[in-house]
Amino acid sequence: MADVTLTNLHKRFDRTEAVSGIDLEIKNNEFVVLVGPSGCGKSTTLRMIAGLEEVTEGEILIGGELVNDVPPKDRDIAMVFQNYALYPHMTVFQNMSFGLRLRKYPKDDIKKRVEEAAEVLGITELLNRRPKQLSGGQRQRVAMGRAIVRNPRVFLFDEPLSNLDAKLRGQMRIEIKRVHQHLKTTTVYVTHDQVEAMTLADRVVVMNAGLIDQVGTPGELYHSPRTRFVAGFIGSPAMNFLDCELSELDGGLVVKVGSELSLPVSSGRLERYRPYVGKPLTLGIRPEHVTEERVDRDGVSLSVDVDFVEPLGMETMVYFSLAGEALCGRVAPELNPQPGQSAKVCFDTEQIHIFDRSTDLAL
Amino acid sequence: MTNRTRNTGALGALIGNNTSLNSDRKWALIASYACLIVFVIFFLCPPFYMLITSLKTNAEIADLSTNPWIIEQGLTIEHYISLLTETAFLTYFKNTVIVAFFVVLITMVISVLAAYALSRLGFWGSGVIATGVFLVYLVPDSLLFIPLFKIVGGLGLLNSYWVLVLVYPTLTVPFCTWIMIGYFASIPKELDEAALIDGANHMQMLLRVFIPVALPGLIAATIFAFTVSWASFLYPLAYIYSDNQMVLTVGTVTTLIKGDVFHWGGLMAGALLAAAPPVILYAFLMDYYIAGLTSGATKG
Repeated sequence: MADVTLTNLHKRFDRTEAVSGIDLEIKNNEFVVLVGPSGCGKSTTLRMIAGLEEVTEGEILIGGELVNDVPPKDRDIAMVFQNYALYPHMTVFQNMSFGLRLRKYPKDDIKKRVEEAAEVLGITELLNRRPKQLSGGQRQRVAMGRAIVRNPRVFLFDEPLSNLDAKLRGQMRIEIKRVHQHLKTTTVYVTHDQVEAMTLADRVVVMNAGLIDQVGTPGELYHSPRTRFVAGFIGSPAMNFLDCELSELDGGLVVKVGSELSLPVSSGRLERYRPYVGKPLTLGIRPEHVTEERVDRDGVSLSVDVDFVEPLGMETMVYFSLAGEALCGRVAPELNPQPGQSAKVCFDTEQIHIFDRSTDLAL
Repeated sequence: MTNRTRNTGALGALIGNNTSLNSDRKWALIASYACLIVFVIFFLCPPFYMLITSLKTNAEIADLSTNPWIIEQGLTIEHYISLLTETAFLTYFKNTVIVAFFVVLITMVISVLAAYALSRLGFWGSGVIATGVFLVYLVPDSLLFIPLFKIVGGLGLLNSYWVLVLVYPTLTVPFCTWIMIGYFASIPKELDEAALIDGANHMQMLLRVFIPVALPGLIAATIFAFTVSWASFLYPLAYIYSDNQMVLTVGTVTTLIKGDVFHWGGLMAGALLAAAPPVILYAFLMDYYIAGLTSGATKG
C-alpha cells in the first residue's frame, strides 16, 4: 500500500507536449480515476507512473520514494491493459503466476496466491484454459488476476473495459469496485468514459490538453464544475450551454439569454456574480434541471417548440432550440411531449452555472 | 458446411442471383482443382522418375527402347547397396548433417537476437539497419564466393566442412532475421509491457514470451536455414575437394559422374536419400505454419 505523488510532471514526444505539468497527490488506498477525451494525456500519465514512459520533467513518488529512474519491475505496481495483454501460449494459471515465478516465489505460495485471486474473481474453473478459449470478460478477469496475485502497492488500469460490450462493462465495473473494497490497494484508473469515472472513483481527475482541469469527488465535479470543459464532460446527456449576460434589476441580478430567457440570480450568489455584469458569459444548465413545472422547485417557465424526443421509460428527453442553440431537457414520461408541438419547460434557477467566456472558468 | 451454404444462400438472395453464385463457386472449385492437379503432377514427376530409375538395373536404364516411367526388367536395390557400401555417401551424409546442425544453430541464435533488438529495442537507426539486413540477402552468392574464397583461404579453412559452417550464415542470417523481425513486430507491444511489469528482463522476455509466441516464424526460419545449408552447391564445390570433408550435394555428383560416364541409378538413389531429411522435416513442422498462436493474446 502506498500513496502516489506527481509533481510538475511533463512528457514531450519530439515537439508534442502530451503532459504539460501536472501536480497530483493520490492517497494510500484511494481509487483515483483519470478521465478526459482522447489525447488529453491521461494514458501517458499512467504509463509514466508504471515506468513504461520516461518522465521528461518533474517527479513521481510512490510510497515517498522517487521512482523516475526505477524500472517498472521494481516499482511494485501491477497494470491491467485495455487489450488484456495475456500471454497466449500460457494457461490462465501460468499467466497469473508468471510474475511470481520470475520473482522466484515458492511453488506452494504461488499456487495459494493464484487460487485465492481466482476465487475472488470467480475464475477458478478456468485456470487450465488458454486465453483464446476465454470470452472477453473472462480474459479481463484473468488480466486483473495477474495484477492481484502480486499484491502490489499500486494498481494501474488503462481503459480496461473499453473492449467489452455495454452489459459486461457494467458487470466488470461492479467487479472492479468490489475487488478494490476487498483489497483496498491504491488504484489509478484511466478511462474516457465519465460513467466509469463517476461510479468507480473516490476522486476523479479531469484532464484536458495535457493539464488537470479539476480534481474532486464525483459529487463535487457534478455540482461544482470549475471550468466549462469539466461541466460539459461530466454528466450525460451533457450540460446545455447558452451565451448570456448579467444585468442589474431592482437591486438584484438576472441572467439574460438574448430576449428569450431571463433567470433571476439567487441572493447567495449576488456578491460573486456582480463584478461580471455586462461581460460576455456562458450559462450552463444540466438537462435534469430543465424539467416540467414542479411545485417543489423555483424556476422560470418557458414555452418551447419540441424538435424531437427520446423516451427512455422512466424519463423522456426533449430537445428544443433557444437563442440559436440546441437544448435538452428531462421531463416526466407522462407528459408525453411530441415533436413539432409546444411544451412548457421550467429552468431551475438554483442549479445554473455561469462561466466567464474569456477564461471558461466558473464564476 | 451448413453454415457456409446458408451464408452463400443469404448473400445470393441479397443480390437476387442465388443460382449464378452457386454455379460460379462450382466453376471456381473445378478450376482450382484442375490447377492443383497440374501443379502436383509437375512437382511429383521428378521424384517419381528418380525413384523408378533408382530401382532399375543398369541394363534397363541404358536400353532406350524401354518405357522410362515403368520398371519392365525387374526391380533391384543394387544402386542403393553400392551407394552405401562402395562410395563415401555416408561420410557426405554425416558431414552435411553436422554442417546443417551448426548452421541452423548459429543462424537462429544470431537472427532471433538481432530481430528482437531491431524490432523492440527501438535504438537510433534500427529501421535503417533492418532494411539493410534484407538488402544484404539480395546479393547473390555467385558474386560472393570469390571474395569469400580469399577470406576463408586466409583463415586456413579451405577444404574443411567447417568453412561451410562459417560461410552459410552469410546467406541464412539476413533472411531469417528479416522473417523474425516480421513475426516479432506482429506481437502486441502490450505483451512486452506486461512482461516488463511482471518483472522480466529482456532475455526472459525473449525466451519466455517472444520465442513461444513467434514459434511459427521461428520454424519457418529454421526450415529456410536448414534447406540452404542442406542444398547449397556452389560453396562446397568451390571450397572443398577432399572426399572426407565433402557434403552430399557435390559429393554425390562428383562420385557418380566419372568423366562422361553417368551412373544414373546411383545418382538417382543418392538424390532420393539426400532429399529425404528435408521432406521429413517439412512433413513434421508444416502444421506449425498454420497454428495461430497469437490469437487470444489481445482483443478479438
